Amino acid sequence: MFLDTFVLLSANADKGFFDRLNTGDIIAQLGFFLILMLLLKKFAWGPLMGMMDQRAELIANEIDSAEKSRLESHKLLEEQRSLLKEAREDSQSIVENARKQGEAQRQELMTAARAEVGRMKEAATLEIATEKEKAVAAVREEFVSLSILAASKVLGKEISEEDNRALIEETILKAGEGR
Amino acid sequence: MNHENPLVVAFRDTAFEMTFNLSNILMLFVTSLIVFLIAFFATRNLKVKPTGLQNIMEWIMDFVKGIIKNNMDWKTGGQFHILGITLLMFIFVANVLGLPFSITWDHVLWWKSPTADPVITMTLAVMVVVLTHFYSIKLLGFKAYGKSYIKPIPFLAPLKVIEEFANTLTLGLRLYGNIYAGEILIGLLASLGATGALGFAGALLPALAWQGFSIFIGGIQAFIFVMLTMVYMAHKINTDH
Repeated sequence: MFLDTFVLLSANADKGFFDRLNTGDIIAQLGFFLILMLLLKKFAWGPLMGMMDQRAELIANEIDSAEKSRLESHKLLEEQRSLLKEAREDSQSIVENARKQGEAQRQELMTAARAEVGRMKEAATLEIATEKEKAVAAVREEFVSLSILAASKVLGKEISEEDNRALIEETILKAGEGR
Repeated sequence: MNHENPLVVAFRDTAFEMTFNLSNILMLFVTSLIVFLIAFFATRNLKVKPTGLQNIMEWIMDFVKGIIKNNMDWKTGGQFHILGITLLMFIFVANVLGLPFSITWDHVLWWKSPTADPVITMTLAVMVVVLTHFYSIKLLGFKAYGKSYIKPIPFLAPLKVIEEFANTLTLGLRLYGNIYAGEILIGLLASLGATGALGFAGALLPALAWQGFSIFIGGIQAFIFVMLTMVYMAHKINTDH
């Protein structure tokens, strides 16, 4: 077809060049293509490219914000972890303190109780001693009177009470030492 | 076969005398309309998260973007994106239009692939090559553009000039040859199928196979045309080549 054009061009030299070549087609083709391209640019490719750019931007933003929130959550996590650690340490120290305090209190109570007991024992001992002394004294007195009574009965005579008493007490003491 | 073309001469005997092949005009119009409608309706309701046809359109855009990125850096190549997508869709639709049927009326061929006409494909090729020269001058300046002919060695300059014409011819005629041959074979198979029951049975399978193959060829040729467009463009606007 294309070669025919040239062959026929030489054969029909009287016919014009533009008679044989479809110049109209060429112009129409260029026109159609140009119009199509401009229309598509306006109605199809332009909006589509805008949308694709928008998507690229959106994705970039999303990546940025994801990175940001990742960092933030990491920071929060660290914060929480340190808080937790602190709380654990606090609670441990509180428990430790309580135990120490309890121990101290127990010790104190124990000491107090022991001291009380000691004191009471001492008081009791003291009282017993006093009572004993008192009892011994009473017995001794009684004994002296009885002895005097007995002696006076035996001797039948009254010796001076004073002398007697001194004598008897001396005897008793001597007897006590001799024992 | 051997159908007439509906030629019309306009502005006869004036300086603007020109011949129109009305079937070419019709098919160019149909092709443009189909491409426009596909692209138009595929890009309604654009969503950030694409659905349906928008996916296909975006795939085409990314595909052409890939072709351009293979040849040049996207910063300069971005301006040819729209040209590339439009060329790809236009040529593909033009290639496959002649596949399902051809319509003749009164021995005049009306419906065919517009790219089965060398005038159309050569117009596209010349347009592309002229654009490469235009962008070469625009981006590099006239001096660098002129110098590109005497690089790397001055005595190769004639070859460089021939190369431009060879590029144009091969670009246009490759497309024309592939599509025209496809149409002829389909026409032959169709006329074989029209000879009778036996002929129809014999022609059915080859016709189906060839039509399927022609769709493939139509896609490949559209891809090659856009690819070569970008190759020539890169060759012309890159100084380091």
